[in-house]
Amino acid sequence: MTITRRQLLILLPAAAIAWDSILAGTPEASPNYNMTDHWWGMLIDVTKCIGCGTCVQACQAENNVPDGYFRTWVERYHVADWSIENPQVDSPDGGKHGFPPAAKEGGKNFFVPKMCNHCADSPCTQVCPVGATFVSPDGVVLVDQKYCLGCRYCIQACPYGCRFLDPTTNTASKCTLCYHRITKGLTTACCETCPTGTRQLVDLKNPNDPVHKFIETHSVQVLKPHLATQAKAFYYGLDGSVR
Amino acid sequence: MNGIPVEGFMYPNEIELQWSVLIVLYPFLTGLVAGAFILASLERVFRVDAVKPTYRLALLTALAFLLVAPLPLQLHLGHPERSLEMYLTPHTSSAMAMFGFVYMWYLMGVLVLEIWLDYRSDIVVLSQSTTGWKRLFYKVLTLGSSNISDRSLEIDNKVGWIITVIGIPSAFLLHGYVGFIFGSVKANPWWSSPLMPVVFIFSAMVSGIAAVMLVYMFLCWARRVPIDMRCVDTVAKYLFYTFLIDFTLELLDLIHRIYESDESFRSLDFMVHTKLYFPHIVIQILLGTLTPILLLAATQVLPISEARRKLTYAVAGCLTLVGIFAMRWNVVIGGQLFSKSFLGYTTYKMGFVAREGLLVAIVLTILPLFILWALIKLLPPWLETHSLDVSPLASAHGDD
Amino acid sequence: MAAVFLAGIVLFLVARSLFVPRSFGQYGHYRGAALGEIAAKPIMFAGHGACESCHTDVLEVKSKGVHAHVACESCHGPLAKHADDPTALQPPHIDVAVLCVRCHEANIAKPKSFPQVASADHSGGVVCDTCHKPHSPKIDSGASQ
Repeated sequence: MTITRRQLLILLPAAAIAWDSILAGTPEASPNYNMTDHWWGMLIDVTKCIGCGTCVQACQAENNVPDGYFRTWVERYHVADWSIENPQVDSPDGGKHGFPPAAKEGGKNFFVPKMCNHCADSPCTQVCPVGATFVSPDGVVLVDQKYCLGCRYCIQACPYGCRFLDPTTNTASKCTLCYHRITKGLTTACCETCPTGTRQLVDLKNPNDPVHKFIETHSVQVLKPHLATQAKAFYYGLDGSVR
Repeated sequence: MNGIPVEGFMYPNEIELQWSVLIVLYPFLTGLVAGAFILASLERVFRVDAVKPTYRLALLTALAFLLVAPLPLQLHLGHPERSLEMYLTPHTSSAMAMFGFVYMWYLMGVLVLEIWLDYRSDIVVLSQSTTGWKRLFYKVLTLGSSNISDRSLEIDNKVGWIITVIGIPSAFLLHGYVGFIFGSVKANPWWSSPLMPVVFIFSAMVSGIAAVMLVYMFLCWARRVPIDMRCVDTVAKYLFYTFLIDFTLELLDLIHRIYESDESFRSLDFMVHTKLYFPHIVIQILLGTLTPILLLAATQVLPISEARRKLTYAVAGCLTLVGIFAMRWNVVIGGQLFSKSFLGYTTYKMGFVAREGLLVAIVLTILPLFILWALIKLLPPWLETHSLDVSPLASAHGDD
Repeated sequence: MAAVFLAGIVLFLVARSLFVPRSFGQYGHYRGAALGEIAAKPIMFAGHGACESCHTDVLEVKSKGVHAHVACESCHGPLAKHADDPTALQPPHIDVAVLCVRCHEANIAKPKSFPQVASADHSGGVVCDTCHKPHSPKIDSGASQ
C-alpha cells in the first residue's frame, strides 16, 4: 500500500497527537481501573478505635512518611461531664506507639483517628498557586511532588492540620488515600492493618459498597462541617467535643 | 517534636511553623512600596504641592523596596527554581498565583514607567553630559529617544499623570492582595476577616509615608541641606490622619472579636495575653501605634519649635516602622502559634544564620537602603535640568 | 518603551509553550501525568488476600478465632516483598511482649467491650504466647494451633 505525501501530512500529526496522549499517561493500574467510576472516601467508626496506632505505623511504612510528620494520626479525648467545649486531648507522637495510661479518671474517654478528609470542595487545592495539588477525577486530593513549589499555602489553608512539608522532598505532603493501592483494587494501608475495623475505605459511587450503604443508613458526621469543605472522611459515633 | 515546646494540644503537623520571619518581612516590604507610592501620588494627582520635595524620593524608595520584595519569598520556597510555574500555570482561584502578575504589572507598568517618564529629560541631559560607563548607562536608559522638546515633555507629563492615577489602585492591589491572602483563609480565624486587606493597605500607607519622611529627613541632614519644614509638616499630617484610620480599623477588629466571642475567641484571647503579649500589646499597640499617634497629635495641636518637631517626627517615624513590622509579625507568626483545635499553642523557633533566619531578615531589610543609595546616585531626586546648559526648555512639570 | 513591553510579552508566550508540561490541563488545572506517577508508587503491604492464598493452614485456624478479622500484616508488618518472592524475604520475628500489649494493654479510652488487661498484673511476667496462641488467642477448650 502506498501512502501519498498528502496522506502522510495528515497521518503524522494525528499520530503525534495520539502518541502524545498515550505518553501523557493514565493511572497505571489494572486496565480495569476507570477513574470516573469511583468517588473515594473513608468511614471511621470511633466506637471501635482502640488507639493501638497500627494505622499510623502502617501508613509510615507504606508511604515512607518521615518521623515527626503524620499523614494520619490518632488523638485521645477526655471529656469531663458535660463540658464538651473543653476536652483534654493528647496525641503522643501521633499515637504511633499507642498511648500511656490516662492521667484522669472518669468522664468520657475515646480515641479519634484523623487523616486527610479528601474534601470535595477542598480549601487547600483552592489556594495552590500553580496547580500542584488537586482533586483527582476519582475524588482523592493529591500532591504533584514534581510540581509543588513548597510555598506552604495549602498547609495554612487546611482546617484539619493534615498537611505538612516533607523535609526529604521540600514539597507539601499528605495522605493520598493510598492512591497507588486503591487504583489496583487493594484497600489503604491503614484500613488493611486496622485490627478492629475502625477504618474502612468507601466508594461513594458504588451503590453496592456495604460501607456506602452504612453511611446512607446511619448517623455519621464530618469534622468542622461549618467550614463547608464537603469532607469525605465520615465519622460514626463522633462526640461533639471532637475538633 | 523537634524539641519545640507545646502547651496544650496541637494537631501533630501544626507544631512546626510553616511561614517564618521572611513571610513577615514580605508584607512589610511591599507595604512600604505601596505607602511610598501613595505619598508620591499626593503630589502628582491630588496636587498637594507641599510634599513635592519627596516626590521623586518616594518613587525611588518604592522601587528599591519592590526590587528586594521577591527575595524573602524565593528564600522561603521549598523549590525556588520552580517559581516560574506561577507565571506559566497560575491557578486563578489562588490569591497567591495572581501575585506574580500584580507584581510584574506594578513594577513595569506603574513604577518603572513612571520613574522613567519623570526622569526622562534628566536622563537625556545626563546621557550627553557624562562620560565613560555612566554615559553608556544613561544612553541605554533613554531607550533611543532624545527628544526633550516642550511638546514631548508635555506628553510625558500627561502620561505620567495617567500612570499615577492607575498606580493608586494598583498600589492598593499590590498590598491589598497580601491582606487577602491571609484574610481569605477560612481555616485560620486569626486571619480570616474581610477587614484584613483594608487593615493591610492602611498600615502599608502608614509605614510607607513614615519611611519616606525618615529617608527625606536623613538625606537632608547628610547633604547638609535645610529640611523643607512645610513639606515635612504636611507629610507628618498625612501620616497622622492615615494612622488614625489604621488604628480605628484595628480597634474595630478587636472590639468585634471580643463582642462576638466565637469559638476561636478564648484561644486567641489567651494567646494575645501570653505568647503575643510583648509583640502585640507592648510593641505594636503601645510603642508602635499609640505613642506615635500621640506624638503626631501633639505636633498638630501644640505650638512646638522646629527643632523639637524634627525630633518628634524622627522618633514617631521610627516607632511607626517598628510598630507596623510588629503588626505583620503578629498576623503571620501569631496566626500559627495557636492550634486550629483551639486547644493549644506552639513556639516559634527562629534560627539566626539559617536560610529563613533572623540574619537573613536583617540583611534583606537593609539591602533596599543600599539599592536606594545607588538609585539616588544614578537618578538624583533633586537634579534640576534647566540648570544645565543643554536646550532651552520650560520645565513642563514645574520642577522648580 | 512600548517595544520593551512587547518584547517581554513575546518572551513570556514563548516560555509558556516551551515550559508548561505536556499533560497539564488534561483533567483539570494540574499535570495529568501526576496521577500515573502517584499510582505507580511501590506497594509495601500485600493485603491479607495475598497471604491467605498460600498460608491456608493459618487461615483455617484464624478464621475460627477472635482474630478472624485482624489482617495478617497488622501483626506481621508489610510483606508485599515476601508475597512477591517468598524465599527472598523472610518475615521478621515478632517480639510478642511488645506486640500484644499495643492493642491489649488496658486503657481507660479503649471501648469497654474490647479485651484488655493490665499486662503487669496479668501474667506475672510470663510472655503472652505462652498461654495464648496468636492466630486464635482465646483460651477455651479446643482452640489450639
